[in-house]
Amino acid sequence: MSTETQTSYDPDQTTTMTMREAIRQALREELDRDEDVFLMGEDVGHFGGVLDVTDGLYDEFGDTRVRDTPISEAGFMGAGVGAAATGSRPVVEIMFSDFLGVSMEQVMNQMAKMRYMFGGKTEMPITVRTTEGGGMGAASQHSGTVHTWFAHFPGLLAVTPGTPAAAKGLLKTAIRSDDPVFFFENKMTYEQQGEVPTDEEFTIPLGEANVEREGEDVTVVATQRLVGESLSAADELDGDVSLEVIDLRSLYPLDTDTLVESLNKTGRMVVADESPLSYGVHSEVVARVMENAFFSIDAPIERVGVPDTHIPFSPALEGEVLPDAADVRRAVQRIT
Amino acid sequence: MVTIDIETEDGRREALRRMLTIRAFDSTASDYFADGEIPGFVHLYIGEEAVGTGACAALEDQDYITSTHRGHGHCIAKGLDPKYMMAELFGKRDGYCNGKGGSMHIADVDAGMLGANGIVGAGPPLATGAALTAQQKGEDRIALAFFGDGAVAQGQVHEAINLAATWDLPAVFLVENNQFGEGTPVDLQHNVQALSETAEAYDIPGFTIDGMDITAVYEAVGQARERAASGDGPTFIEAETYRYRGHFEGDPQPYRDDDDVARWRERDPIETFKDRLVDRGELTEEEYEALREEAESTIEEAVDYARNAEDPAPAEAYDDMFAVPVPEIEQFADRMRADGGTR
Repeated sequence: MSTETQTSYDPDQTTTMTMREAIRQALREELDRDEDVFLMGEDVGHFGGVLDVTDGLYDEFGDTRVRDTPISEAGFMGAGVGAAATGSRPVVEIMFSDFLGVSMEQVMNQMAKMRYMFGGKTEMPITVRTTEGGGMGAASQHSGTVHTWFAHFPGLLAVTPGTPAAAKGLLKTAIRSDDPVFFFENKMTYEQQGEVPTDEEFTIPLGEANVEREGEDVTVVATQRLVGESLSAADELDGDVSLEVIDLRSLYPLDTDTLVESLNKTGRMVVADESPLSYGVHSEVVARVMENAFFSIDAPIERVGVPDTHIPFSPALEGEVLPDAADVRRAVQRIT
Repeated sequence: MVTIDIETEDGRREALRRMLTIRAFDSTASDYFADGEIPGFVHLYIGEEAVGTGACAALEDQDYITSTHRGHGHCIAKGLDPKYMMAELFGKRDGYCNGKGGSMHIADVDAGMLGANGIVGAGPPLATGAALTAQQKGEDRIALAFFGDGAVAQGQVHEAINLAATWDLPAVFLVENNQFGEGTPVDLQHNVQALSETAEAYDIPGFTIDGMDITAVYEAVGQARERAASGDGPTFIEAETYRYRGHFEGDPQPYRDDDDVARWRERDPIETFKDRLVDRGELTEEEYEALREEAESTIEEAVDYARNAEDPAPAEAYDDMFAVPVPEIEQFADRMRADGGTR
């Protein structure tokens, strides 16, 4: 898929940074680049973000560009929608994705539908950032992975970076997009390090997956934290089974071509995503390859995710439900 | 031109013309809905014309409004063309929303109309957002949210007012208390005597006005606009009015007392305003009849236009989802339409 935000950049100029720094850099660059961009959310200003992502931006850009909101997700999500419809480019932060439910009317019936219902006579350039995922012992109301709801709902775009570079490039594209984009950050990836292009014009088109590691035997389609886990699994299995690891990056639109191309090569696929297993990203990936590459499939496609539970508090329980490299490895071994 | 000056004779005549146009539009919509020519749901503004007209007359052209289920009156008051509104009600391509919105979603963002809305209470957050854009960009424009008494029970309305009050946004929150929240009388939905009492909670001005009197609405909104535009923040206004028709057309209205309708009709916003102008010697009964007929013929022309307009092509159902189209929509549509056989 082509987007008007696609620009050329120098891929050789990179710096090592964490996912958190990559996201912050994307926000800083876009705040600098376009006066219509502003951030708002709970504790994003003074406090610097509850997980430190927006740290420093309030001091750099001031309280009109980085706005601390009252604790009222429906109110400020709706204000973001109204602002986007009238010429602003708000970046709304929902502190934990579990709180998105509080704002859902404005997401479902206003943000997602206004452009269509108005016959295309408004744009909706809003970005919603939120954190997902378990692993911190934060229990069920601060650990969910809800991105499939938004990938499923017509009128919204949904992306999930698996690497720091993807985080920077996708977030910049999201902010420049005239459509509503949900940007899902897995909280356990904030410390993950990687090489990130420093060029301010580095953007990644929405709707493109990325082959992080080439392989011959099994395609692992992974998202967020599970990209790293799948790369670890690939290392462990190296010499025995050759894994091709794809960072899906964009949940909607979904890059069917890259998935099909990889499956045509390997004939086998594992889909690894931290959302509950039923009716989710996993199922959509499977359906797409069934529709487009059925005769290339040599073995049942395996799913790795959360077995339809909420995320429990006790580390002894949380570790049980959260998928990791070992789950990916076992899934590969079941089909090879 | 949306703004009119009710202090002048021309302005008053224009205000009357606008109210008559709204009433003609909605009476006509009622007829064609009953005939089955207009699909879906239709919610009429008859009886409430002074509120929308008085409020929009006090706004500047560049100001934004958000609306409700009952949005036709707000649209006409904000200067939208009844021709394209009627075409939208008829589901035609030339309607304001290319036939995708219908009665409940008419919008014209360029004209400052951010949409009628099918969700009770969803408009105020949008108005807060439009006011936020104005403040961010330092623009001389405000946003006014029309919402009903039913919406005052919705949490997001209070969140929107709190946000606008906290940030001193240029917004006006205007409750049209038409005495019913859908099918339930207002006193069964709220404990406060006057809905405007809620303004106290946000430390903003709040008052209740006679929504059957266009002059009262015009003056109140004019003051609220001035306050908003000068950076002092929002105002909460409750306009007491009355919904002559049911919640939706076809509503059997078991909740209504016929005597109430008769009593409110004695204070009809159009009749009383006309009488006042006649008393002042600014208008004759003949001139009034001429204005009324003019309004009705404007709407008849709108119906002719709507009837003769083209339906959208079925494939247009897949347009307008995104600024940059996604491949999924076309691919899925093609696959759904395919006849089968070996791929």
